[in-house]
Amino acid sequence: MPDKIVKQDPPETFAQTLVRHGVELTRDRTVTLQVNTGRLCSLSCRHCHLEAGPGRGETMTRETMDSVIDAARRLPFASIDITGGAPELVPDLEYLLRGVAPLAPRVVVRTNLVSLDERLARLYRELRVVLVASFPALNAGQTSAQRGEGVWEKSIEALKLLNSVGYGVPGEGVELDLVSNPSGAFLPAAQAGSEKRFRAELSRRYGVSFDNLFCFANVPLGRFLAWLEKSGNLEGYREKLAAGFNPCAVAGLMCRSQLSVDWDGALYDCDFHLAAGIPFGGGVANIRELQELPAPGTPIPTAQYCFACTVGSGFT
Amino acid sequence: MENYYDPKDLPRFAEIGNDAPELAQKFFDYYGSVFAEGELSEREKALIALAVAHTVQCPYCIDAYTRGCLEKGASLGEMTEALHVVTAIRGGASLVHGIQMRKIAEKLSL
Repeated sequence: MPDKIVKQDPPETFAQTLVRHGVELTRDRTVTLQVNTGRLCSLSCRHCHLEAGPGRGETMTRETMDSVIDAARRLPFASIDITGGAPELVPDLEYLLRGVAPLAPRVVVRTNLVSLDERLARLYRELRVVLVASFPALNAGQTSAQRGEGVWEKSIEALKLLNSVGYGVPGEGVELDLVSNPSGAFLPAAQAGSEKRFRAELSRRYGVSFDNLFCFANVPLGRFLAWLEKSGNLEGYREKLAAGFNPCAVAGLMCRSQLSVDWDGALYDCDFHLAAGIPFGGGVANIRELQELPAPGTPIPTAQYCFACTVGSGFT
Repeated sequence: MENYYDPKDLPRFAEIGNDAPELAQKFFDYYGSVFAEGELSEREKALIALAVAHTVQCPYCIDAYTRGCLEKGASLGEMTEALHVVTAIRGGASLVHGIQMRKIAEKLSL
């Protein structure tokens, strides 16, 4: 039997939904700088909103990295969150990491696990980088469907490597978090229960440990949007996201506390606006020009895919 | 009516309360409580529901609990194994009644 499904004809926009609930989407204090190092990736995941892959040449230059490091020096970011593509494939990643590591209390690298090697794992450990690793499911079938054949086995090996240098091991002081995205047009499982199950199963089957599991809905953009359209799932998925709108999730949305800088220095309010090409709502186009953090209360542009961030307990 | 089953009917389930709201409400309250996290997790309950849905051959329930199992984090392997559990019980239930057949046949036979 179904969950309650609210149908609107024509569908309500995200902006209209915010108004109906008496909620505004404006900036809070900006504490995180997300750095997208490019579209180059060793994988072509079918849910990737950025359509990253081995054929993509866009990567951040050292000049843009200098602008990022300069911004991190001038502005009080609590967290620098480095993503891609696969940051590990960017030739000057170490330059960027050594530049920002002393400038923010928390530096995060989003890893696809399969592009890791021992040298990088030890570099991350040395710089106390927090690792957030893609790990969608506890079985090879769903993992392969989303990320490609052989990725499951390589991911388990990478987790063992990270554990061996202290990541995800209690008392070692280096954090390893996993991210699970559903392998299809359905919503993620509840985070707390999934984390408990992932922890128990990874420990029992592989002796692998980690710190936290985050469960996020897939955003209908890029390669995932193309798949939704092709498979006939787009309408149903969009309805599901809209029906699950949770006004309480708006307060914790990442766009309220984060700036995203693309590989070429362009600024966006979040990773998804970056993918869709909706520029930063605060008026500055490039990180080179960023003199101060956006003021709390600055409006944030919205789009229909924003429903993916406000469904259930939200996307932070 | 060209088909007895239409997927668009599934979201209309609540309409069953239109002419007997109190009874429907009691059912839906009970239903909600049954599937809430308890001694069994929501995921385990969804797997049981999926298996039973195949036993009672309810296409609405198969649709709802296939989605439900995926959204509770179940894998296709777990979902398929759950079906084999009910299939084993269902087949076993037929076979075990064969003992009745054998007893009766033995009584009637020389």
